[in-house]
Amino acid sequence: MKRLFRPLRRLAANLVGHGIALFARFITAVRADWRGTDPVPRQRVYYANHVSNADMPMIWTVLPPNLRRQVRPVAAADYWLKTPLRAFIGPEVFNCVLVDRRPDKDAATGDPLENILAALGEGSSLILFPEGNRNMTEDPLLPFKAGLFNIAHAYPEVDLVPTWVANLTEVMPKGEVIPLPLMTTVIFGEPVHLRQGEDKDAFLSRAAAALVALKPEDHAP
Amino acid sequence: MTATTSDILLLFFGTCGLLLLLTLFGEFMRARYGPGGDNPVIETYMTRIHSWWAMVLLVSLALLIGKIGVLVLFGFASFAALREFLTLTYKRQADHMTLALAFYVVLPLQYLFIGLGWQGLYTVFIPVYAFLLLPIVSALRGDADRFLARVAETQWGLMIAVYCASHVPALMQLQFEGYPIDRGVLLIAFLVMVVQFGDLFDFFFGRRIGRTRIIPGLSPKTWEGMICGTACAMLVGAGLAWLTPFGVAGAMLMAGAASLSGHFGALVFAAIKRDKGVKDWSHLIPGQGGFLNQLDSVLFAAPVFYHLSHLFWAG
Repeated sequence: MKRLFRPLRRLAANLVGHGIALFARFITAVRADWRGTDPVPRQRVYYANHVSNADMPMIWTVLPPNLRRQVRPVAAADYWLKTPLRAFIGPEVFNCVLVDRRPDKDAATGDPLENILAALGEGSSLILFPEGNRNMTEDPLLPFKAGLFNIAHAYPEVDLVPTWVANLTEVMPKGEVIPLPLMTTVIFGEPVHLRQGEDKDAFLSRAAAALVALKPEDHAP
Repeated sequence: MTATTSDILLLFFGTCGLLLLLTLFGEFMRARYGPGGDNPVIETYMTRIHSWWAMVLLVSLALLIGKIGVLVLFGFASFAALREFLTLTYKRQADHMTLALAFYVVLPLQYLFIGLGWQGLYTVFIPVYAFLLLPIVSALRGDADRFLARVAETQWGLMIAVYCASHVPALMQLQFEGYPIDRGVLLIAFLVMVVQFGDLFDFFFGRRIGRTRIIPGLSPKTWEGMICGTACAMLVGAGLAWLTPFGVAGAMLMAGAASLSGHFGALVFAAIKRDKGVKDWSHLIPGQGGFLNQLDSVLFAAPVFYHLSHLFWAG
């Protein structure tokens, strides 16, 4: 029976994926702006700003199908395993790499980076939110966690592509339930690599600066 | 087949013939001057012609379906235009519910009232009820930071993208003596065609003989282009007078009024775009920019055309 269901589940995951992409396009007319690089099938880590749960589906939607197939979003296990529906959408539709971010678990399960490095070792590309949490502040970015540096250190040849998701705070501010149909853009910048002898803090602030540089201006009156 | 349907088909085939000529002209120029697709002027021209094909097919289909088709088409156009407008306005989290109401309640209700023909309601629903209710919703959240600017920008978006746009399908609800009610869709075709032809001729003559910019530094529109464009729209209006209840002279005057308010509307939009620091409203119509780029003059023309028809001819 199990073997019979597996292709069906995969088909369902595929359909749901198309449905999510279509919905995202209909509501926000989301589009990609490949400003600093081209959509080519190289192994990459798309690292992005994180303001809402819609960030990851937006990036996923604008990636061309051949890139989408090889990309795996890095996401929190505690969020995506909470209900059976999420457990279907996270791991199966988006093919997420699940990491455990609960502090008390860290000691027990060891390095949360393990799954990430394993996925890179298999040749997958990643979507990563290096701030670790959703940014609820007025600042454009929270300080980056060490993860991005460790990835750059372990896989120096992989492109780290800064990816700015514009306008999503207005589509769905924190605490609101109804998304607004405003237009969003996902801006891809020039890839970043770890430089010879660059230390963690210098690298992380350079990577963060490359990401913030993509942020469009506000339309204040 | 009813007389209205055959008239729509006649218009459709006429427009297709015109577009076919323009397409062949483009292909000829491409073969001659840019065979590799490397002449930017020709490629832009061809992208625009392709968008025109899509628009003509969609509008004709909507007109053939009739009331529901026109309501759905303009409802979606309103949605896309409002989205483009409100993406660029200043807003804070306190406006979230207001904006959600604008998109998900005010917009569908306006088109519903038009579909039901409740004229007393759809002409005042947005300027009275929405304009009073929505600021209340924003104010209740207690954030007064640039409150008036936020409220004003949202209301202008609703006025332009929903209220003005909805006056195109509202033309179907006007009743004229000796003019069957189902010919209302032809009045829509008349309005859209005279305004769009007025724009095209304004562009053409502006390039050819335009000398005096109307607003230097803001818009390339010239007085010469605008006058010739409006005159051509009046001639087109005379040629299409058989679609309307106005008679030939009336159709010319109505076409001139619609085209003229459309031209000035485009200038208003140029000022808004400059204020917001954008060239196009979006990327959704290839070669033309956004829905608002395409609709700007029709939006300004529609309420004027509607009310003049109502004032002078409706019975």
